[in-house]
Amino acid sequence: MKKKTTDKFPNNGLYDPRYEHDACGVGFIAQLRGEASHMIVKKGIEILENLDHRGAVGAEKNSGDGAGMLCQIPHDFFRKEFDKQDQTLPAPGEYGAGILFLPPEPSQKKWVIERFTAIVKEMGQRIILWRDVPTNNNSLGKMVREVEPSMAQVFIARGEDCDDADAFERRLYVIHKYAQKMIRESGKPGSSYFYISSLSYKTITYKGMLTTSQFPDYFLDLSDPDFTSRLALVHSRFSTNTFPSWPLAQPFRYLAHNGEINTLRGNVNWMRARESIFESDLFTPDEIAKLLPIIDDTQSDSAILDNAVELLVLAGRSLPHVMAMLIPEAWAGDSEMEEKKRAFYEYHATLMEPWDGPASIAFTDGHIIGATLDRNGLRPSRYQVTYDGILVMASEAGVVYYPPEEIEHKGWLQPGRMFVASLDEGRIIDDGEIKKELASARPYGKWLDNGKIELGALNRVPSPHQPDHDSLVHRQTVYGYTKEDLQIIIRPMAENGVEPIGSMGSDTPLAVLSDRPENIFNYFYQLFAQVTNPPIDPIREASVMSLVSFIGSQGHLLSETEEHCHVIELPHPVISNDELERLRMVDQAHYRARNISTVFAADETKPGSLQKALEDICKQASKGVADGCNIIIISDRDADKVHCPIPSLLAVSAVHHHLIREGTRASVGIIVETGAAREVHHFALLLGYGASAINPFLVFETIEDMRLRGQLGVALEAKEARRNFKKAVSKGLLKIMSKMGISTVQSYIGAQIFEAVGLSQELIDAYFSGTASQIGGIGINEVEQESLKRHHYAYPDQTLSENIRLEDGGIFKWRARGERHTYSPDTIHMLQQSTRMGDFELFSKYTDLINHEAEEHNTIRGLIDFVETTPVPIEEVESEEEIVKRFFTGAMSFGSISIEAHETIAIAMNRLGGRSNTGEGGEDVSRFEPRANGDSARSAIKQVASGRFGVTSHYLVNADEIQIKMAQGAKPGEGGHLPGGKVDKIIASVRHSTPGVGLISPPPHHDIYSIEDLAQLIFDLKNANDKARINVKLVSEVGVGTIAAGVAKGHAEAVLISGHDGGTGASPQSSIKHAGLPWELGLAETHQVLMRNDLRSRIVVQTDGRIMSGKDVAIATLLGAEEWGAATSALVVSGCIMMRQCQLNTCPVGVATQDPELRKNFPGKPEYLVNYFMFLARQMRQLMAQLGFKTVNEMVGRSDLLKKRENVEHWKAKHLNLDKLLARATSPNCTAYQTEAQDFGLEKAVDHQLIAMAKSALKDGAKVKGEITVRNVQRTVGGMLSAEVSRAFGGQGLPDDTIYFKLDGSIGQSFAAFGAKGITFEIEGEANDYFGKGLSGAKLILYPPKESTFDPHTNVIVGNVAFYGATSGEAYIRGVGGERFCVRNSGAQVVVEQVGDNGCEYMTGGRVVILGPVGKNFAAGMSGGIAYLLDIDEKSRGRINIDMVAIEALVDQKEISEVRSMIERHVEYTGSRSAKALLDNWNPGRITKVMPRDYKRALADLAAEAVGKKIERASVRQEPL
Amino acid sequence: MGKQGKFMNTDRVTPSYKAVEERIKGFNEFLIPLKKEEVQEQGARCMDCGTPFCHPSCPLHNLIPEFNDNVCNNKWEEAYNNLIWTNSFPEFTGRICPAPCESGCVLGLIKDPVTIKNVEYSIIERAFSSGLVKPQPPKERSGKKVAVVGSGPAGLAAADQLNKAGHEVTLYERADRIGGLLQYGIPNFKLEKNIIDRRVDVMKAEGITFTTNANIGVDIAIEKLQKENDAVVLTCGSTIPRDLPIPGRDANGVHFAMEFLTQSTKRVHGDDIPKDEIIFAKDKHVLVIGGGDTGSDCVGTSIRQGAASVTQIELMPKPAEGRTDQTPWPTHPGPRMFSTSSSQQEGCEREWSILSKEFVKDDSGKLIGVKAVSIEWKPDNSFTEIEGTEKTYQVDLAFLAMGFLHPDHGGPVAELSLDTDKRGNVATDQQYRTSVDGVFAAGDMRRGQSLVVWAISEGRECARAVDSYLIGGVSRLATKAK
Repeated sequence: MKKKTTDKFPNNGLYDPRYEHDACGVGFIAQLRGEASHMIVKKGIEILENLDHRGAVGAEKNSGDGAGMLCQIPHDFFRKEFDKQDQTLPAPGEYGAGILFLPPEPSQKKWVIERFTAIVKEMGQRIILWRDVPTNNNSLGKMVREVEPSMAQVFIARGEDCDDADAFERRLYVIHKYAQKMIRESGKPGSSYFYISSLSYKTITYKGMLTTSQFPDYFLDLSDPDFTSRLALVHSRFSTNTFPSWPLAQPFRYLAHNGEINTLRGNVNWMRARESIFESDLFTPDEIAKLLPIIDDTQSDSAILDNAVELLVLAGRSLPHVMAMLIPEAWAGDSEMEEKKRAFYEYHATLMEPWDGPASIAFTDGHIIGATLDRNGLRPSRYQVTYDGILVMASEAGVVYYPPEEIEHKGWLQPGRMFVASLDEGRIIDDGEIKKELASARPYGKWLDNGKIELGALNRVPSPHQPDHDSLVHRQTVYGYTKEDLQIIIRPMAENGVEPIGSMGSDTPLAVLSDRPENIFNYFYQLFAQVTNPPIDPIREASVMSLVSFIGSQGHLLSETEEHCHVIELPHPVISNDELERLRMVDQAHYRARNISTVFAADETKPGSLQKALEDICKQASKGVADGCNIIIISDRDADKVHCPIPSLLAVSAVHHHLIREGTRASVGIIVETGAAREVHHFALLLGYGASAINPFLVFETIEDMRLRGQLGVALEAKEARRNFKKAVSKGLLKIMSKMGISTVQSYIGAQIFEAVGLSQELIDAYFSGTASQIGGIGINEVEQESLKRHHYAYPDQTLSENIRLEDGGIFKWRARGERHTYSPDTIHMLQQSTRMGDFELFSKYTDLINHEAEEHNTIRGLIDFVETTPVPIEEVESEEEIVKRFFTGAMSFGSISIEAHETIAIAMNRLGGRSNTGEGGEDVSRFEPRANGDSARSAIKQVASGRFGVTSHYLVNADEIQIKMAQGAKPGEGGHLPGGKVDKIIASVRHSTPGVGLISPPPHHDIYSIEDLAQLIFDLKNANDKARINVKLVSEVGVGTIAAGVAKGHAEAVLISGHDGGTGASPQSSIKHAGLPWELGLAETHQVLMRNDLRSRIVVQTDGRIMSGKDVAIATLLGAEEWGAATSALVVSGCIMMRQCQLNTCPVGVATQDPELRKNFPGKPEYLVNYFMFLARQMRQLMAQLGFKTVNEMVGRSDLLKKRENVEHWKAKHLNLDKLLARATSPNCTAYQTEAQDFGLEKAVDHQLIAMAKSALKDGAKVKGEITVRNVQRTVGGMLSAEVSRAFGGQGLPDDTIYFKLDGSIGQSFAAFGAKGITFEIEGEANDYFGKGLSGAKLILYPPKESTFDPHTNVIVGNVAFYGATSGEAYIRGVGGERFCVRNSGAQVVVEQVGDNGCEYMTGGRVVILGPVGKNFAAGMSGGIAYLLDIDEKSRGRINIDMVAIEALVDQKEISEVRSMIERHVEYTGSRSAKALLDNWNPGRITKVMPRDYKRALADLAAEAVGKKIERASVRQEPL
Repeated sequence: MGKQGKFMNTDRVTPSYKAVEERIKGFNEFLIPLKKEEVQEQGARCMDCGTPFCHPSCPLHNLIPEFNDNVCNNKWEEAYNNLIWTNSFPEFTGRICPAPCESGCVLGLIKDPVTIKNVEYSIIERAFSSGLVKPQPPKERSGKKVAVVGSGPAGLAAADQLNKAGHEVTLYERADRIGGLLQYGIPNFKLEKNIIDRRVDVMKAEGITFTTNANIGVDIAIEKLQKENDAVVLTCGSTIPRDLPIPGRDANGVHFAMEFLTQSTKRVHGDDIPKDEIIFAKDKHVLVIGGGDTGSDCVGTSIRQGAASVTQIELMPKPAEGRTDQTPWPTHPGPRMFSTSSSQQEGCEREWSILSKEFVKDDSGKLIGVKAVSIEWKPDNSFTEIEGTEKTYQVDLAFLAMGFLHPDHGGPVAELSLDTDKRGNVATDQQYRTSVDGVFAAGDMRRGQSLVVWAISEGRECARAVDSYLIGGVSRLATKAK
């Protein structure tokens, strides 16, 4: 499908519509019993309107992202419309109706209608009526109206060849797919408008590119009282883009989706691979041909998912069956799951990989309506049922009002669960019943027993290969091994089973810029989730992860038989030599393996050999398939003196894509036997491009060699060392998958979660189809040259008296003979010397060196030159003092660096008027006040990261800017772990934690699972400090511009595009090297996309990442950044000498250490930094004069003044094409730098009333009381009030209960966010997500309306992620809390009746009393605080994640009385009957204590006052997550 | 690598010397080697820096963090392999290198640097004593022949590398013994001559031909070498010393340092010295003019010969005791930072900012004193004499140790009419090619006077260039470049 967007906006830049994301509000209402009514439609609209804040508007206020409603066919209404036209409407089930989007131009429209009519006829059906859908577009924005389709309703009568309604429905499906294909592919003018919103005898979807408030006015039909339905499924869309796209509004045919399919590329490829083997009793081969392609992959992920669901449902599975198959529970790691259900899931896993990602899906086929949640449960879904049988489900509670006494039951959908309402049966079918029915439908367990074989059960065949130590170094060299690979990569993996860790980022050239022959793996970068979907914590939430995959021939997808599960189960993607032999020699009836040797003649005189060899192996693979083989082993083991290995990734992907194109991919599994794979990144890539398993024979041999030479630090058995290596790979793979939010390796295989930099489009199209590669690059011939160079080095013509040695490498540590680094001994020395001496001449020499090194092809910007233009006299250019204010320093926490380094940077930036950043670690309150000499050590930017360490109301009001860290250049998508040994007293106090207790930053922000959540957090922070600028930090990757557009629409005021090379205290080497892109790419894309959307003027764009000279600053500006950051260079100026061992706490110069002795060595002074930034500003000013700019603003985005250097002769770099990067984006509606303020709508906030009511309290601490009614659309209530308290009274706030408000109703998200001490909110009603987020001392009381009849103890009252990052305060909740209750709580005291999954996750302090059952994975990553659970049985006990906690009896009398008094207050405040009953028969023996082991020890240490000394001497190692 | 955090609680320990009174009794080396475990502990002080400044600070770009780690982990063979990969003769540099690596050591920023030089010394001495150093003749011979002229460190290194590449190498030395400055410039007490022999034996066993007493351009025409070989490498050193042409220069008792040192070494070897040539410091008042390493060698030699007094004067001012803004870390401060050599410790007066004015001789022409005056240095690097500071040193022997100007412009340079650069050194391109095809130059002859470690580097890199020239492709010999 050609996008309309591309018609209107010619694209010569970096924007690519594939990277659009959307996230949304979704909801439905259904009438379980009785007749269809118009009331349901009206209520549906009400839900939609109350989800308004989850949708978004673009640059134009009246341009929405999309809204829609799916309902049952309104037969009565249609009959009336037929009557008007003197036509007869057939009986229900005898006709189908649909809404078609048509070109508005009459002749085009006529053609489309004719064509459609002909197709219907061809399919044996008859159109009985066309009807224009009456619409009113008065309120629509110009942008949207320009591409508005003409909407027509078509009515098709059931043909005689359709035996029943279901057969008719299938025929309508064929018509829909076929017509869509034929008309859109015709390429006729206007054909791209054509889209079928729905076509069914059961349901109809009204949708468009509308805001929720425009929706009811736009579709006039919906207000007709005869328009009735028993269900209404609604959706409000928040898209990152604003390019008008009507078809992408939801609901689709069967579902509305709030979420993101992370594995989309793989799912699409696999669906395509299976198309050739579709067979069905329900469709003729001709019909199947008309249906193809099933997936239209130019659409959004949600639309694609709908494509798959539609096929599977119409081919005969029930809708719940299909949903359970596509979005399975985490069955592999769930010990509670019963066997039959596990068999159901496992059987289906052999048919299809999961469509993995965060998803809340509401679905309906007109008879049933239901919802399901993905295994991680990262999207909210709340529901309630009234006594009248009205079911309402939505992304949040309170979207439609029913009096409390009418509510029978309230609940929320839990991870992996489904619930369905059958309108035919008039009842709700819960998850247990649905799954039980599905699991019992067929003998799945028996089939698996018969069909599935475990790898270990295959006949043992010993590997014929013996290690050969003499030739090892030659073979290692052929595959590009260096000494560093052995020492830095392989050794820690084999020794301890851990991933190699590094620090201080990456400053080596991109692979395409390197002089040395690079491994093809190094051209690929891991993609990662930021904003639009959450990464997962594979350690603390391990139960959702799986490394199991299956190989064998897949059966066709449309039926289920025993043969389908004839597969071999691979427990782990890394297989040993022996395991490989088992597969190679497999002798079972259903399996045959074919070996394909992937080497080519190592002959430099015959260029083109590689390409020919690839063609040949693809042919061999086809032949293997034709011969009935179902395992293909791609092996480069035959490499030797005359044979060069084909890069294994290239071989795998070439065969994978060849077989997809050929339509045979689903019938074979690919295994790789390769000498090349040794880093986690390599394994990830091989899987991502189609391999099911990898045998890294050479790394095993290398490990054995190292072991025998005593090069491993510990004595190990050979087997142990190999096992350790595999374990390290597992950890790494899980992390790489997790950072994209993918849980199972099965869906990771072939998912291509990578982008390439430096590979030509021809190469991509030929071998890595679908992978982004934005600036072109080398082709197959250069890849061949690189291979041959390595081969030549391994097998030289010339013999020396010494053997060849592995090359030094010099990638991770600088070596004279190794790879180039921007930070070299020379540049470090000159930078330090020049800034210390204040010597601008020496500084210029330093920047000459930097710029020269850049030109020696270290960076993309090194390839860029300025266009000659008319200069201006330098006196006319704005002053250095003004320019320098645009600099900020990177987020480096106190904790990762020493207080000396942290304060030096802050003082320097404050002297300059620039901004320093707290980093993720809070800030000591003493720094908020200026010093006696006028200096200030207060960081202007306060960072808010996923751990929320030290984020209090007081912290936030002391910010000029608040930065939400979505990702970090060195390890995007990953969390962090500050081990207990590094948490000394000061760090603990700043982070509101306990000395000696480790602190974990979760990979995701638990309040940002989607773009609308980010908008919510932005809103929360703006409430917390309306004077601060809100900034969102992103990391450069393909599609970041689109994310940035979403961020701008979410009302961020600044966005930072951070380069991939940024420093870090500790990160896996794989992430440092292979995730994220240089800022040039991300920045240019961001600027271009923001301009195209007319959003650029609403947001400041910043960039950072190795900006080291005035030239870098100028290029950043011309590419679109008006502010620039420096972090590593600021450290170097302060004394850092790039030890790159920050994780060891042994920084000799006192920069990245907490060791008091080493900190004494810190040599930095603010003066040096002042010199540094002034020098950069001076150079920038000189360049501004040269380029003819008097102000920075006019320079922003003027990429037309940049060009690729003409003299680039580097053998690889010369192939790069920077045209897209340098394309200048312009817009008549938008300035190229920030000129407009964001509209937060704060003036509408309830808090203005609250503040007015609390006036006397805020003035002089007088007690105040008040009452108010609230609604779910009123968000972050209490935030601004708290800010006022913190401003007036500082961190200590007011005495308890000084400000007391009683509220009634369903309160919106983020209630009382960062609520300050002295404020009490008593709420009678219910609450949504993020209740008490960041609580900073306030007291919250929540209980259901007094009129409610349901049992509060078992009904949900508060949404997900309550008390996230709370630092102090208390709360009493009479009811059930959702998932991740008290996540990252570090000090709040909370009583609640029950909680969902992942309760008390990552908690570091505070106390939580839970008077009922808890969900799964309770206390995961909990390092501090205490939880008290009532009456836990074996089942509950099994749900506690005991990795970090101990389960203890409550025996201490003092503690018993403290817990009792918390429960007493709970009774007093909320009237909890269950708590009352407990007190009445008080037996503390019923209470179990969940106590983190570290915390217990730390408390004991504290008591002994020993902690201080202990920590001083601790030698610690910081392990990233 | 290394032992994490070891630097924080382990101090630098270097080998001690035998007591002065003991060591000045003879000409033997006087270093008392550390125990193996002590060296391992010192190696463990290495921080294995991400940016190891020691490594580029070494002209050979030795893999210092690697061998420190090997040593600390008791992997002496690996340490040896790592060391010998970049440094042909660690036994020389391990003794006499001023160790710019240690100046660059990052630990030097906050504490005493790692004892890199002594680790190197320990590795190579253990390698010799444990039999790791054994002849490794090339597996194949290329059939090409190369003549190397001059057997100083540059010539030795070039010969060694070219032989490794399979070429047939003949090394010509005009003196009677191999080693150039190593042999006759550096006194025995800093480098015992059997250390040279030990290496030469290995090289001979690997197939290199050594020809001594062969003064090319005098005894043997360079043309002959050109004819008989595929390439000629000139490593003849920078042999023309800087003179001090002040009145009385012809006095009997004024000598260039090299004359004195050479003769002293010959004496140690047991050679007969013709009577009329004897320069011997016993009971004499010695003045060493020049404050550098050669001057120090004259001091130590004079003391061992039993001089009545030794005074060392230097024109330049006394350098600062520590680093200054002009000598920031990680630069090698060299003479710009005050240091005391082992010879100076043995007892000599040192004076700075002294300008020699005249050699005073008695009627027989024998040197009896040196007139000098103190000077004051100005910021523009000029100086003025300070009035009233004139004095006369009582001197019997004066040694001129003020450095070397350039190579001898006679000999091969004259015979081949080689181009020279502004400083009088033999001019080459970056591939060490002189203006005559097939003739290469390296070492002090090309670079000007420098350190032994630089000479080794020159020899190795030149060999690689010669190898590339001979095979008509890219040499596989190790290089310090990328």
